[in-house]
Amino acid sequence: MVRYFTRLRMRRIYKWGGRPYIFDRKLKSYGFEYLNMSVEGQEAVTTVTPGQYILIEGNDDEYPFVAKLLKFFGDESHKQKKALVQWFLRLSEVPQNKKLLLGRSPHPQEIFYYLGRACDNEINAESILGTVQHVPEDTPFPEPGTKDTLYVKLSWDTKAFNVLDPVLMQDTPASTPPKPALPLFPPCASPTATPVSRGPVRRALPTPDPTVMRRAGSVSDTRATMSAGKRSTLEAESIHSASKLSASKILSAKRRGSAADTPGVRKKLQLSPGKKMTRADVLCELLDEEMESEKVISLKLSSSVSHSLQHGCSLSPMRSGCKTPNGQRRFPWKLSSISLDRLSPTALGEQDLSRATTPSRRKESAMAIRKPALGVLAEEDSEDSPMQPIALTPRSKRKSAQLVSLRIRKQLNLLDNTQKLISDGDDDCFVPSKKDLQSSSDSEEETMVRKTRGRNGKASARTPCKTPSKKVCMVTPSTPRHATPSIPSRTVPARQPGNILEEARARLHVSSVPESLPCREQEFQDIYNFVESKVMDGTGGCMYISGVPGTGKTATIHEVIRCLQHASDMDEIPTFRFIEINGMKMTDPHQAYVQILQKLTDQKVTADHAAALLEKRFSNPAPKKETTVLLVDELDLLWTRKQNVMYNLFDWPTRRHARLVVLTIANTMDLPERIMINRVASRLGLTRMSFQPYSFKQLQQIITSRLNKVKAFEEDALQLVSRKVAALSGDARRCLDICRRATEICEHSTSHPSSAGLVRMNHVMEALDEMFSSSYITAIRCASLQEQLFLRAVIAEFRRLGLEEATFQQVFVQHRALSRVEGLQPISVSEGLAVCQRLGACRLLLLEASRLDMLQRVRLNVSQDDVLYALKAVRD
Amino acid sequence: MSKRKVKETHMPVGECISQVQMILRERFCHQRLPEKPVGMESQHKHLLELLRRTAVHGESNSVLIVGPRGSGKTMLLNCVLRELLEVKDVNKNVLPVHLNGLLQTDDRIALKEITRQLNLENVVGDKVFGSFAENLAFLLEALKKGDRSSSRPVLFILDEFDLFAHHKNQTLLYNLLDVSQSAQAPVAVIGLTCRLDVLELLEKRVKSRFSHRQIHLLSSLSFIQYLDNVRSQLSLPQDFPDTNFYDEWNDGIKVRHFSSYPQLVDVLQRHYNSSKDFRSLHLLLMLALSRVSASKPAIKPTDLLEASRVCMVDSKANILHGLSILELCLIIAMKHLNDIYEGEPFNFQMVHNEFKKFLQRKSHSIHNFDKPVVIKAFEHLQQLELIKSMDSSTAKIQKEYQLMKLLLDHSQIMEALQKYPQCPTDVKQWAMSAFG
Repeated sequence: MVRYFTRLRMRRIYKWGGRPYIFDRKLKSYGFEYLNMSVEGQEAVTTVTPGQYILIEGNDDEYPFVAKLLKFFGDESHKQKKALVQWFLRLSEVPQNKKLLLGRSPHPQEIFYYLGRACDNEINAESILGTVQHVPEDTPFPEPGTKDTLYVKLSWDTKAFNVLDPVLMQDTPASTPPKPALPLFPPCASPTATPVSRGPVRRALPTPDPTVMRRAGSVSDTRATMSAGKRSTLEAESIHSASKLSASKILSAKRRGSAADTPGVRKKLQLSPGKKMTRADVLCELLDEEMESEKVISLKLSSSVSHSLQHGCSLSPMRSGCKTPNGQRRFPWKLSSISLDRLSPTALGEQDLSRATTPSRRKESAMAIRKPALGVLAEEDSEDSPMQPIALTPRSKRKSAQLVSLRIRKQLNLLDNTQKLISDGDDDCFVPSKKDLQSSSDSEEETMVRKTRGRNGKASARTPCKTPSKKVCMVTPSTPRHATPSIPSRTVPARQPGNILEEARARLHVSSVPESLPCREQEFQDIYNFVESKVMDGTGGCMYISGVPGTGKTATIHEVIRCLQHASDMDEIPTFRFIEINGMKMTDPHQAYVQILQKLTDQKVTADHAAALLEKRFSNPAPKKETTVLLVDELDLLWTRKQNVMYNLFDWPTRRHARLVVLTIANTMDLPERIMINRVASRLGLTRMSFQPYSFKQLQQIITSRLNKVKAFEEDALQLVSRKVAALSGDARRCLDICRRATEICEHSTSHPSSAGLVRMNHVMEALDEMFSSSYITAIRCASLQEQLFLRAVIAEFRRLGLEEATFQQVFVQHRALSRVEGLQPISVSEGLAVCQRLGACRLLLLEASRLDMLQRVRLNVSQDDVLYALKAVRD
Repeated sequence: MSKRKVKETHMPVGECISQVQMILRERFCHQRLPEKPVGMESQHKHLLELLRRTAVHGESNSVLIVGPRGSGKTMLLNCVLRELLEVKDVNKNVLPVHLNGLLQTDDRIALKEITRQLNLENVVGDKVFGSFAENLAFLLEALKKGDRSSSRPVLFILDEFDLFAHHKNQTLLYNLLDVSQSAQAPVAVIGLTCRLDVLELLEKRVKSRFSHRQIHLLSSLSFIQYLDNVRSQLSLPQDFPDTNFYDEWNDGIKVRHFSSYPQLVDVLQRHYNSSKDFRSLHLLLMLALSRVSASKPAIKPTDLLEASRVCMVDSKANILHGLSILELCLIIAMKHLNDIYEGEPFNFQMVHNEFKKFLQRKSHSIHNFDKPVVIKAFEHLQQLELIKSMDSSTAKIQKEYQLMKLLLDHSQIMEALQKYPQCPTDVKQWAMSAFG
């Protein structure tokens, strides 16, 4: 779905086609039959008619919005062109937290029928980019290479994925092909991207009528597109799309005719406009004709609704690692089994088994196994016919492989009792070498697929490629681009806490998430109300939260978001998306854009580009937009000289269509006034909140609630800790750390860790001492004699000078005198300097750069009284 | 012991000596870990427990080991790590990451190094891919994905911790400590530093995330313990191949030998007074050891005395011995100028005048030098950094008038004069006279 007209920066021209009819007398709006769309400078015209699936310009060039066109209308002057649409969602538009509801990994081409009401389904017709091919829900996914076909299986009503109600798809104008009648697969069991789970699961599913198990490729279009598809020029595309369109119309008409007597038959509809052709695409086209004809047959075969036909690809290139019954090791071309197999349930099961156990790329093996069970149609494509074996395997270098393929094809041909139409036979249009040339411009995904293929020595250009290949790429990343960040897992699982003290320690660790956050009820309520109201109204806003470290700012916001998310799950408020960035966790303020965009859309782009995309996203009206709640932690780190990052962050919420709520956190209360220029501070607004440091009672409550009835501390001990911390900083982290240390001391104080009792006063005292006492005095006491002497010399010199600073030379004279008094041998200047440097390294003294040698100035880093106190204690 | 006695192996003296040299050099120079760290039992226990909890229970922690240089911080940590890794199920479960503030001078390098040592998936071979921002995001993502019970604990060992605090925004420290305080992959951040005020270097947010555990290594070694230490450092291990030599060697460094040489005790006392750390002791013992040879197969007290003399010697006085008479005269002139002007800076012209006065009045042995020669001598002194220019901008002022300061103490000059070979008497007298 890459590079539509937007990319090319072309101006598109839209013209109404057909006769206008009055649509609404009151509003004086007129309906139109179709819309002609052309690109400036190009002759080709694309016609869009209601019922078609269209792409609509959105935030994202790569993934435009998808919708089904219901109606065109405009005003009298024909200036305004509007369209009524039914939206479809891509997975990337589904909120992050809801993606899991899908229960499987999504197909890149998958879209969802949108049932929500939050979106305006009236759009500006001039935002239409083009039409798109679309496949109803029952067809399995083909390989991801088919980029111009989208698949609908499920609907999304902002809460959950549901099986698509066929009625929804059917209530379309008559110009569209008939819609699928029955959803075949329950949503959870639908195909996934993982090769392991996917194939077997899908095939093992009970279908309404297993005897009629159909497989078909998502095939489209005429042979004429073949050559055009190889080119990526716009011109070619538009011409191609036009031809395609007409072809598809004919096809659809044909289908309608046949579907008339079998209403339950599902069809795939193909309305593919000009798009870049991928290899799979070409393939699809190749197979198109057979498909069509085959469909007709299948329709005849399945005379009842219950006989649901499954179109779609089982063209899965199976990864092979095992031997085939035929004993052939490698076969470069997997036959795309566009086969209309009628399989008995047992045969089906068997096949599943074979796939499950040997996920093989080779269709042949599967075929071989299936052979006896193969039902009516093992329909071969023309390429399977012996006519053009070489053209079929253009990539296989090995003769033997070609031979093998030939043989298999023959076998298959024999198998075909109802070999339907052998397609026009111009399969030689299918020339992968040309495709190779094109591949450089191919999308990343395509390249990736190609890469794996190359590695495996198999090229399966013909198979509408499928997820497994991609998956394999992920497993063995050859480049760091695909690397997954993870820490290796441990062999032995971590031990669980054994006794009460260990339990208490685990609970007291700052990282353990408490059941609730005590002592911040008011702040919680305020933030909750703020965010909730914004989410409800669909508006935006900023909030600034300040407080010293360790007062629960981030924790409270996370709690708020948890609650809100719960509420939105309960359907009390609309869904919203939560994104968190942290100024400290980025290397540069501009990285904020990159991180936000990545969390919103999973794109990785440069900072400038990300800024542009975000700007577009937040300033343009877009349908189906949900509120985004953005938490910016450590806001002060996002400061730049021009402050454009902050400016943007606070400016976006003010846009009409942004629906962005920005919560910012920093430590200082007056940050907006101190570091922000006026236009930034003004946009931040005055919604401020400040978290006060915890009082001792609150700290005590926090510890008690964390301990949650684990009796490990004496009441007094807890009170001592909380009072001490409250007096110093009110930092809850500090409080918890001290308590944790106290449990350790308690544990070590007894000989048997199991017999350790409660944490008492003395343990807590010891922990407090360790954490709060200054080490300077101990350091002075433990210093060597000469070092102590030097400190005394420093003080003596300070007293003599009446200053708090002296040069080493001056101090050294004092030092020498003192050592004579003490009866010590005076040390040399070199030694004296070494002593001085040692004291400087500990930061008992502050020194100038040592290149100044004897002239470096010396200051004390401790108070004179402390030094004297420490030294006096030594001498006593 | 008994087993070895049975064997009673003998080796030629030369081989024994080379063995001794090898064993002791490894001890003195290669920082070989002792069996058990001495004098820091409680710290050892604390650290071991802490790291074990991280390794076994997956509890995140952060700790600072603070102590003066040479107090055994790295030794303690390495001992603990050695002990920890001996435990079987810990061995394969922890990922130690060693960083040094002197090597990883900024966060970019540090991140690459962490990624490389953790061998995350964006490492191919020895190369780390991605930009700084990507690396950071990748590492954080990796740590975030982990959880307490299933991921391997990572031990971040930050040597010269204080230097990391000087990195921009303290991004690395913030993130490491933040991970240690949140429910992510278990980490232990161990900082080693000699700065007592290291916590004041941390930014308030970083500081709040640090657990404030500090292990102080401040040795309160008494002189008796110090002597024991010297002996144990010098003694040979029990598994020394030659028993006779072993006995002789270890007898030679017994207490009575020490105490019978009061000079030796004095020297060691002096060392002890100067510094208690092991590095300076090792330096002394190394010098003594290098005097042991096949012809003199034992450490004698005189060796230690000689070694101590080499250790204690004043470096500046040594330089003064190598000066010419002219240069020495200039130094003396400077000394007089310092006396007259009470340490105010001087320039060449003043020194030259002083020197000429001396020549006119007293000198008989020193002939008159031309001014360019004197300037040359003066510049030589500057190159030796015995004098130092006071102005930063040297280009502007003419050489003769640049203000200088003498980087020598009077005592050093006098001492050097005493020892200077064939110093003319009048120069000596001039130096000792109160005013030039």
